[in-house]
Amino acid sequence: MFAEFGYGVLLVSLIVAIYSGLAAVYGAMNKSAALVESARRAMLLTFPLISVAAAALIYLLINDHYEVAFVYEVTSRSMPTYLKVTAWWGGQAGSLVFWSWLLAVFTSAVTLRKWDRDIEFLPWVILVSAITLTFFLGMTVFFENPFTRFWLVNGNVEPSMFAPANATVFTPQDGQGLNPLLRHPGMVIHPPMLYLGFVSYVIPYAFAMAALITGRTDDRWIRITRRWSLWAWLFLSFGLVLGGRWAYDVLGWGGYWGWDPVEIAAFMPWLTGTAFLHSVMIQEKRGLLKQWNMILIILTYALVIFGTFLTRSGVLSSVHAFANSPIGPFFMGFVSLTFIVSVALVIWRWPQLQAETEMKSMLSREALFLLNNLLFMSILVVCFWGVIFPLISELFTGQKVTVGPPFYERATSPLFAALLFLMAVAPLSAWGHSTVQTLGKAIWKSAIAALAVTVALFFTYTQNIGALIGFFLIVLIVLVTFHEFWRGARARQKTQGENFFTALARLMGRNRRRYGGYIIHISMALMAIGILGIEIFQKQTQGTLAAGEKLEIAGYTVEYRELASWDNQGEGVNYTRAVVNVYEDGIYLGQLTPRIDYYYDSQQNMTIPGNRSTLRDDLYILLVDWQPVSSIGATFKIYVNPLVNWLWIGSLLFLVGVIFAAWPDNDPSEEHARRNITRDNRQPSAAD
Amino acid sequence: MNKRKLQITNYGVLAFALALLLAGLFAGSAFAQDNTPTDDEVNVIAKQLYCPVCENTPLDVCPTEACRQWRELIRSQLAEGMTEDQIKQYFVDNYGARVLAEPPRTGLNWLVYLLPPAIILLGAFFLFRSFREWTKPKVEATGVGGERGETSSLKKDDYVARLEEELKKRK
Repeated sequence: MFAEFGYGVLLVSLIVAIYSGLAAVYGAMNKSAALVESARRAMLLTFPLISVAAAALIYLLINDHYEVAFVYEVTSRSMPTYLKVTAWWGGQAGSLVFWSWLLAVFTSAVTLRKWDRDIEFLPWVILVSAITLTFFLGMTVFFENPFTRFWLVNGNVEPSMFAPANATVFTPQDGQGLNPLLRHPGMVIHPPMLYLGFVSYVIPYAFAMAALITGRTDDRWIRITRRWSLWAWLFLSFGLVLGGRWAYDVLGWGGYWGWDPVEIAAFMPWLTGTAFLHSVMIQEKRGLLKQWNMILIILTYALVIFGTFLTRSGVLSSVHAFANSPIGPFFMGFVSLTFIVSVALVIWRWPQLQAETEMKSMLSREALFLLNNLLFMSILVVCFWGVIFPLISELFTGQKVTVGPPFYERATSPLFAALLFLMAVAPLSAWGHSTVQTLGKAIWKSAIAALAVTVALFFTYTQNIGALIGFFLIVLIVLVTFHEFWRGARARQKTQGENFFTALARLMGRNRRRYGGYIIHISMALMAIGILGIEIFQKQTQGTLAAGEKLEIAGYTVEYRELASWDNQGEGVNYTRAVVNVYEDGIYLGQLTPRIDYYYDSQQNMTIPGNRSTLRDDLYILLVDWQPVSSIGATFKIYVNPLVNWLWIGSLLFLVGVIFAAWPDNDPSEEHARRNITRDNRQPSAAD
Repeated sequence: MNKRKLQITNYGVLAFALALLLAGLFAGSAFAQDNTPTDDEVNVIAKQLYCPVCENTPLDVCPTEACRQWRELIRSQLAEGMTEDQIKQYFVDNYGARVLAEPPRTGLNWLVYLLPPAIILLGAFFLFRSFREWTKPKVEATGVGGERGETSSLKKDDYVARLEEELKKRK
């Protein structure tokens, strides 16, 4: 009964979403405020409706209704309740409902905002959201229905939403259970974070389209959606980091990022989103790049849908899987159609999107921001082409190829290095105009200090040129950024007569976006330390040991002690756990317990490393294999991952930085003052 | 496909058994020990190859039984004295180019290497040209633009003055 109910509610939501879009357009065309209001309320209604459908699905998941195909695929009796709930987004059909639900949440939230002078955007924002929502709901209602049940027809089991003739409901004894890899806490939070990021980018896109359609192509749409974009970026970034952490903890290959197409699918909208975050500032400050910002947000939206499509359609395993998947062609069609229409709108409004002023200098802040955009787009080109090429190759030559890490690493590392360099230099350049002299004067002290650190590293740590360049840039970023904090606080200290820390706190509080951005830059530098560490200095060894035997790697000695294997009947898991002693230069450091968990329901393994993590390095031990009867013992794979902890420390600081920048201001007058400053005279500002 | 794989695997197991037998004959001698490739030596090659059946999984970390056997195959090939390139070629011949971490540099595959740099260079060129165009002096189009475009310098005093002014406004 809950299945029919849930499906019915989904169907109603779809109809309401379609109505909302149509009413919005019709209302806007005929200047009928009542119809637009009706569209707005319909849009608001989608949130409770999809929530009810989701609640029905969760009810089925929690209560072991294995006659529902989706429940059968992603849960089993042995799973704890919280995992049964999170299984909602653990499979295709459920995750599409999840997507729709998030979109309904965001769209409802945005329609509830105070629309005074922006009211002409409203119908078009509703329209764009409604089209997106209709698409995703349509996918679930017609192709990937999570409420489909099993039916017994003439001795065969068939999945179908409604009872075929002479059929009885078929209920399997137990479900297949969630893929064990998805039961990790990181994986429980990682998809919702990514989806939050994906879905929240729909809102700035909707406003951009509204601006194009209404012809109000000034930077109003950017100002309204500034915080949305920041939060979207936060969720997307954090989703990526969580994915990396999850990979490090359970995938058992000693790394956090494998340039897998699925990872890149989520990384691509992040690239355009990050470029967008920077380039909108140029439009706000200088009235430049209006066309470009439109293109960036359109690309971000297209890549969000494309990313969902890549991970959901099976196209990555084979072009043919894509053709056979019911949703693949529709996704492709939707991405293409929205992209073409959006670009057509930009072309239509091209003359109104002309710059209000011009670039003055190639070293000005806006020019450096443009370089930053070029670099992000270059990385995007590499990623996009790397993901797409195997499909093209298979399509045209029938030959399957792999585009793996060596390709991406070679192509992107100089681009990332250039980004680091820009991160060090750009904060020092002024809006409008800078010269080599002014920049040089601002940077030379930091540069000499960074050079000194690099020379010290050369003699004490590494002679690897790539690593030294990387470390130089990282130190430079940190020094330059701290110097900026110091310089601003000192200036305020002098003028306001406050003590240094009050001055610093108020300075940062008064310009959250700028100083939040700086915190993010420092966090990126810290993350870069971790990435350099693992990319350049990772060491690994593997060996099969009998009890008491040892393996040596990078100063560590790992001694195999014992191994035990036991069942946990309640959870349906078999644990095999090895105990090893770890020594460094003969000194006993402690025990590690790498293990393999085997899940009976899904018949899959999860490899949990034994990890000893310090700021200097991680000793990361995997149990690869074991011989239960003979005395040969167990096979271990051991990685030493230098500096990788800085990646996680950097991500936490990153979180702090974005929240600092995006947190709503509680002083409306201040917000007002800032708007006036920027809108009225647009003076190149020192504090922005 | 499956049958072929099976044959290869059998061949691998056979070769491995042969290698073990040979090793057994020379048991105790330094020669045998030197000739049994270590896991690390196997992984150096396995790391550069992708599992022919799983998606996007390097052979050195792939946990499936099939991959374990392929690693043993590499070990026996190493023991036979095959070079790294020969072993990689063997895998390409049997499972196609997808086992390589990068497409081989032939035919259409050149596109994967040439297109991105070409597009990036093109982008850089357009950006540079736009810069040139923008930085060329020309008459202001709008009144607001003049205000907006006001030049600033990074002189410290100037910076402090602007900061002070803004702080006053915001207080």
